[in-house]
Amino acid sequence: MQKRIAIKNHLQEIQLTTQRTVAMLIIMLVLIAFLIMRLGFLQLIKHDMYTTLSKKNWLDLIPIEPTRGLIYDRNGLLLAENIPVFSLDIIPEKNKNISQVLTEISKIIPLSETDITQFKKELAQHRRFDEIPLKLRLTEIEVARFYENQYRFPNALIKARLIRHYPLGAAFSHVLGYVGRINLDELENIDATNYSASNYIGKIGIEKYYEDELHGTVGYEQAENDANGQPVRVLKQIKPVPGKNLYLTLDSRLQLAAEQALAGHSGAVVIIQPSTGQILAMVSEPAFDPNLFVAGISGQDFQQLQLAADKPLYNRTLRGLYPLASTIKPYIALQGLDSGNTTPDFTLFDPGWYQLPNKEHIYHDWKPHGHGTVNLNLAIVNSCDTYFFALGHKMGIRAIDDILDRFGFGELTGIDMGEEVPGIIASPTWKRRVKNTAWYEGDTLNSSIGQGFMQATPLQFAQGIATMANRGKRFAPHLLLIEQEPGKPPEPQMATELEPVNLHNEAYWKTIITALQNVMTQGTGHVHYGDGMPYSIAGKTGTGQVFSIRHRDEEGKSEEQEKLPEKLRDQSLFVAFAPVDKPQIAIAVIAEHTNLAPNIARKIVDFYFLGPPAPVTAPTPNKEATANVIH
Amino acid sequence: MLSTNTFQRTHNPHQNMARSFWRYIHIDLYLLLSIILLTIMGLIILYSASSQNRVVLEQQILHISLAFAVMVFFAQIPPLLYQRWAVWLYGIGLFFLIAVLLVGHTGKGAERWLSLGFIRFQPSELMKLALPLFLASYFHKMHLPLNNRAIFVALMIILVPAILVSKQPDQSTAALLIIAGGSVLFLAGLSWRLLCSLAGLAVLCAPLVWYFMHDYQRQRVLTFLNPERDPLNKSYHIIQSKIAIGSGGLFGKGWLNGTQSHLHFLPEHSTDFIFAVCGEEFGFLGSIILITFFMIIILRGLYITIHAQDTFSRLTAGSLTLIFFFSFFINMGMVTGILPVMGLPLPLVSYGGSSMITLMAGFGILMSIQTHRKLLTT
Repeated sequence: MQKRIAIKNHLQEIQLTTQRTVAMLIIMLVLIAFLIMRLGFLQLIKHDMYTTLSKKNWLDLIPIEPTRGLIYDRNGLLLAENIPVFSLDIIPEKNKNISQVLTEISKIIPLSETDITQFKKELAQHRRFDEIPLKLRLTEIEVARFYENQYRFPNALIKARLIRHYPLGAAFSHVLGYVGRINLDELENIDATNYSASNYIGKIGIEKYYEDELHGTVGYEQAENDANGQPVRVLKQIKPVPGKNLYLTLDSRLQLAAEQALAGHSGAVVIIQPSTGQILAMVSEPAFDPNLFVAGISGQDFQQLQLAADKPLYNRTLRGLYPLASTIKPYIALQGLDSGNTTPDFTLFDPGWYQLPNKEHIYHDWKPHGHGTVNLNLAIVNSCDTYFFALGHKMGIRAIDDILDRFGFGELTGIDMGEEVPGIIASPTWKRRVKNTAWYEGDTLNSSIGQGFMQATPLQFAQGIATMANRGKRFAPHLLLIEQEPGKPPEPQMATELEPVNLHNEAYWKTIITALQNVMTQGTGHVHYGDGMPYSIAGKTGTGQVFSIRHRDEEGKSEEQEKLPEKLRDQSLFVAFAPVDKPQIAIAVIAEHTNLAPNIARKIVDFYFLGPPAPVTAPTPNKEATANVIH
Repeated sequence: MLSTNTFQRTHNPHQNMARSFWRYIHIDLYLLLSIILLTIMGLIILYSASSQNRVVLEQQILHISLAFAVMVFFAQIPPLLYQRWAVWLYGIGLFFLIAVLLVGHTGKGAERWLSLGFIRFQPSELMKLALPLFLASYFHKMHLPLNNRAIFVALMIILVPAILVSKQPDQSTAALLIIAGGSVLFLAGLSWRLLCSLAGLAVLCAPLVWYFMHDYQRQRVLTFLNPERDPLNKSYHIIQSKIAIGSGGLFGKGWLNGTQSHLHFLPEHSTDFIFAVCGEEFGFLGSIILITFFMIIILRGLYITIHAQDTFSRLTAGSLTLIFFFSFFINMGMVTGILPVMGLPLPLVSYGGSSMITLMAGFGILMSIQTHRKLLTT
């Protein structure tokens, strides 16, 4: 039966299966056509998209941090360098429980609270996928101890990195400033690409002002990555361009001498080379160790610095405002001559007081019974207030403001550091705006002896006296001497000349400068500065009132001053330049709550001209001379 | 018509001699050469996909040699014997499928291996051959087209092993079994209407089966299919695979230059996703060439089907050809993202021995059908 059926249907079955085979072929061809269309879609139409995706998969640009430029003083002494340290870094992504890891690590390597706070701060900001330093500057023992336990911390690693170091520490802290970790605010204002590998940025001082020069340009490494994100090989490398090296105008020996001379007092010293405007020394005391800030200062340390009564973080050279006091007198005298309100020969009898016409109020000279008959020279030499009350009254506040303005007071000096404040040239408009009261004639009198509202920064004091030394020629004070791109010749910075102070008669310069020289040989300067210096010097002292005790006439008595708490004592000011004929330095010294400014200046100027002092064997007799207040 | 062909060929004595030699050892030269062509290209791709791993290459050559031996062995057995033994093969296969569920070894989370003391094998692979053979021998005794009873029995013959295999769980092999059985039914002239409704039913059943599975079972399936699967991103494989193929473009990135596979973005690049390596390194043209090599085998398989002399041979040959087609088509569809991800290797190209031996055994049966043909007619 089976056979019968088979024979009967044989041809029909062949026909059927052949048909079905052909149908099968057609179905297969359709499917293959569909597959080929799909391949064409992926490989021909969407090729570009997938190429991009593929590259994104395996190519990674790893930024390389440029080495920060070095900072030298004018003699090539290193002021800011980069030193290699070992840091303990954490790769945060892979760590689920950071706190636990930190606890474990702290059992091996002691972590300060600052380390942890700083780390968590950075973790929160978290700009990149790479390691965050947990602790900088590991000791060799800590490094060894970590390596012993490394297997326990797959996401922690020891990394060698360069960090900023300031070998001279506090002496340059206010000028150089410091670098610190980039914070969120800064992140918004920087070129994120150029800083993609950088952890540090200049926070203040030269480090901040010349940030662009010092930072350099980021480099890149194009690396091939595998699916786990591990680099397989480097395909291309664009080397980072290191930052420029800066040579500052500062003379570190002079700077250190100034710091030592000022040590123990709050105050500021600024020394300018009058012929160029180069700043040779700029010291603000007290200071701080900038190295503390590099690794991230602890909250406690920072608070201590910030709350200290003598304000070590405060850069007095640029931000401290002091009354011009008697140092204003040479400028007023110059204006008096130039405006024809006085002559070198004009004399005035000083009874010890001055009274405005038709007014009852009496303005006392600092010397109770007066200086007697004084001409311009004597008025400057003895710092006669009465003479300047009269001259100021005659000239009026506009003329006073005018000369101060021409010498650069009341406006930013434009020093390449930023941070500075403009100071105040008081005027009726200013008083109306700020104090909302009218300008009185008495204000003019106070202004003419520098005790009113006039305020200036130590830098402006120095710039003013440098202009005087230059006979009116003015240069913008600056700190950058040479900029050097690595591998390229150094580029010296040109001095920027400012609008000079022009007088109707050049001879007036000599009149005033001679008077200033006399101050140092016979007048108020001589008392404290002493004599016996082998260089000629012209200068002017001043005492700024912090607290008016009873009245001006009693202020001169130092016994009164010494009864006061230190912070209410007067500030002593001293400006000078030397030598008189071809000035090499112009110096401004401000010492708060003491009358030692000329003494301090002496040490510094002597150092400049004579080199380091001989070892001191006995207490200097200068101490006794400090009994009197300087005018 | 067939006899005329034979007659014409005898005019060339040299050709005749050559032919008769291959006929004598029961090897189909066309099929052999096209398989060799494909395996050579497969080895070239595998060498790159394995990151130039010589050990992998040597292992694969060993697999291929073994598989060729199996093929030659299967080619020696006349179709009549297959027809007679089919029922036994099927029975043994079924027995082992049940056995593997009870005492099977768990490999990669699925019970598919059965240890017979000295050898471990997958009963589902045996079933891939036994099922079409048994159905063909069953239909051989039937009237064609089939009556309803025969269709019902056939469905049972297909579904019982398919369900057992899917219980392992190995859904992709189960699907291949259904395709194998279905192809026999199709060739046997199952009406288009019934075919469509059965296909529809199968499509409906697939999610239903999925639905009734426990979550951990699904997880096991998925984990088995993609051992490196990113649990958060289920589409990681296919995305990387598409990137590999798409970035290859027209000419490809060049041999050994595929970044997707060499940097391990492409998962399973030596096994299931090897087609993506081909697409990445040899581009659109290289993929077309590879598909062409596959299609040459298919065409030869269909040629053998049409020229087979009895219903059993035709159904078997057609079914084996179709299984081969679907095993590479599903893989390529999966890799290019037009089919869901299933754990099916690309036949003759992917690294691995087990499925290759089954496949070559199938080619051996095809050769047997082709080379024993003349003996039956003369």
